[in-house]
Amino acid sequence: MDALEILFTASFWVAAIRIASPLIFATMGELICERAGVLNLGIEGIMTAGAFAGWFTVYSGGDLWAGVLVAALVGALFGLLHATLTVPLGLSQHVVGIGVTLLATSLTYFTYRLVLPEVTSPPKIEPFQPLAVPGLSEIPVVGEALFTQTPLTYLAFVSVAAVAWILYRTPVGLAVRAAGENPSAVEAQGISVTGIRMGAVAVGSALMAVGGAFLTISAFNSFFFQMINGRGWICIALVVFGSWRPGKALIGAILFAAFDAYQVRLQQISGGIVPYQVFLMMPYALSILALILVARRATYPKALMIPYQKGER
Amino acid sequence: MRLEPKPAPSLAVTLTFPLAAIATTLFLTSMLVLAAGASPLSVFYLVAKGAAGSQFALVETLTRATPLIFTGLAIAVAFRAKLWNIGAEAQLYIGGVVTVVLGTGALPLPSVILIPVIMIAAMAAGAALLLGPAVLKTRFGVDEVVTTLLLNFIVLLFVSMLLEGVLKDPMGLGWPQSQKVIAEAQLPRIIQGKRLHYGFVIAIVSAVFVWLVMKKTVLGYEMRAVGHNPEGARFVGILVNRTLMKTALLSGGLAALAGFSEVSGLKGNLTLDLSPGYGYSGIVVAMLAMLNPLGVIASAIFVAGIFVGADAMSRAAKVPSYIADVMVATSLLTMVVAILLTRYRIKWR
Repeated sequence: MDALEILFTASFWVAAIRIASPLIFATMGELICERAGVLNLGIEGIMTAGAFAGWFTVYSGGDLWAGVLVAALVGALFGLLHATLTVPLGLSQHVVGIGVTLLATSLTYFTYRLVLPEVTSPPKIEPFQPLAVPGLSEIPVVGEALFTQTPLTYLAFVSVAAVAWILYRTPVGLAVRAAGENPSAVEAQGISVTGIRMGAVAVGSALMAVGGAFLTISAFNSFFFQMINGRGWICIALVVFGSWRPGKALIGAILFAAFDAYQVRLQQISGGIVPYQVFLMMPYALSILALILVARRATYPKALMIPYQKGER
Repeated sequence: MRLEPKPAPSLAVTLTFPLAAIATTLFLTSMLVLAAGASPLSVFYLVAKGAAGSQFALVETLTRATPLIFTGLAIAVAFRAKLWNIGAEAQLYIGGVVTVVLGTGALPLPSVILIPVIMIAAMAAGAALLLGPAVLKTRFGVDEVVTTLLLNFIVLLFVSMLLEGVLKDPMGLGWPQSQKVIAEAQLPRIIQGKRLHYGFVIAIVSAVFVWLVMKKTVLGYEMRAVGHNPEGARFVGILVNRTLMKTALLSGGLAALAGFSEVSGLKGNLTLDLSPGYGYSGIVVAMLAMLNPLGVIASAIFVAGIFVGADAMSRAAKVPSYIADVMVATSLLTMVVAILLTRYRIKWR
């Protein structure tokens, strides 16, 4: 097949949207945290924990949606840990974030080995099945790509709409955005900056964990080590690329995923002339490139990474 | 709730809180040991015994501490100037690549010349690798956390490509591994027949050197000033960007030495499992040492001891050795809280 023809096949876009789904959840999660003023580098570990928690719930006999819920709860717990250390205590968001990633990852691996000491190949579960939306899924290419996905992918798109609506149309969203731009103005309204930021990090972390769970209970059907493989860090780049706006970040995630799906197919038709590692490097290299392109005009939330103490200026 | 600065803490207070952090870590991880159905006391005893209970254990711990001293120093230097280098893993691997490129026979030189040449080349490569993110930070305002993290993945794939391509050992039975370095490129063992090698001595010398740079030189002063308050540093005439560049060069070079020392002193060749995350554990090592270069030696030995001890323990007791990673991550978080509490008092209102 010609390298360009791939772009017009429905199966390519179905794969792209599937690859985008976990990134969309986690990018929305990171976006909420950062809009409230907290950089959450726990993302990589929280996604790992979510991937395991969701999968293990289903493996132990739970419903698929129970898996999603448990993953979200586990994510929120790690988010609360992160938030307690970085918001009221004002500790370095870099160091705490890396610490949370190391802790969540190692706890996950420890638990995995504890509950499944003897397995050599990861046990499988019955994951979410694609659910074609009647009518819409018959539209060629676009309809097929968007509407023959699993319910969890539809939820990813719903989460973007929900995050956008809450951030821009509700008082809570206004408070979150203000906490990341001008926290003393929030305090002047009688709203607790600490409360808003902690809530945002907990909710954001829950979304990251659901993104992780997507991999184990929707895209694949088992949990294995290192399965997040830098997706969390890529989501941090996607938030910057999307200039902290849900819609733009969504487009970024889909573009990124399309590129990722494309490199896999290019790899197949290149016939082994170019080492496969070059293709695998591309998504990471592309993320760095995207950061460079947008960096000049990036408008960070003004209070990002600045701890807030009540009564200080 | 708010934080109030305390007067300068006494030595006793400065030591009490970190010890409390270690105690808290042991308490929290003992919950996991209980969950695994083992007794915390016997497990911790087995960890301590496996880390320091015999000459073999001690030698193993010091061997494991060697790369951690290098990566810990790399992080300590960078974090002191608030240059968030999370890419020590990549810099380590590049150091390993340079070591096998130059050390497998390309340079027919005697040991006394060859080893310094390889060390300098490895440091240059690691430094160059961190210079990229540092330039992107100062010139374009691209956050170095994300770029250094993403580079870890790129470099690991690059190494994988080399090991299946130009650097592949033709006698390696198809495994992705490089040839062994020649005898002249190997660091000798400190004790004959034991795994501990002169990389450990180089690590200690590096720690003293970095301590001198940080304490006694203008560069060290500038790095601390930039980390403490970049605006203020600029105001007193420090070239902030240039200082960050020099920091990046030093930090990347130190991390690359970890790769050099592992290949040249211990493994002999380059494989994809040269480092089980030494670049990331280096962050914990540096933070436990409160970014003090001499403290890095002690904290690296401590962290290495946990890993070595937990390996020995998990063979004896049925507790997964990942408990070591949990302990190390937990001690990082409890330590940053402990450091905060030595400097501030929490007022509940």
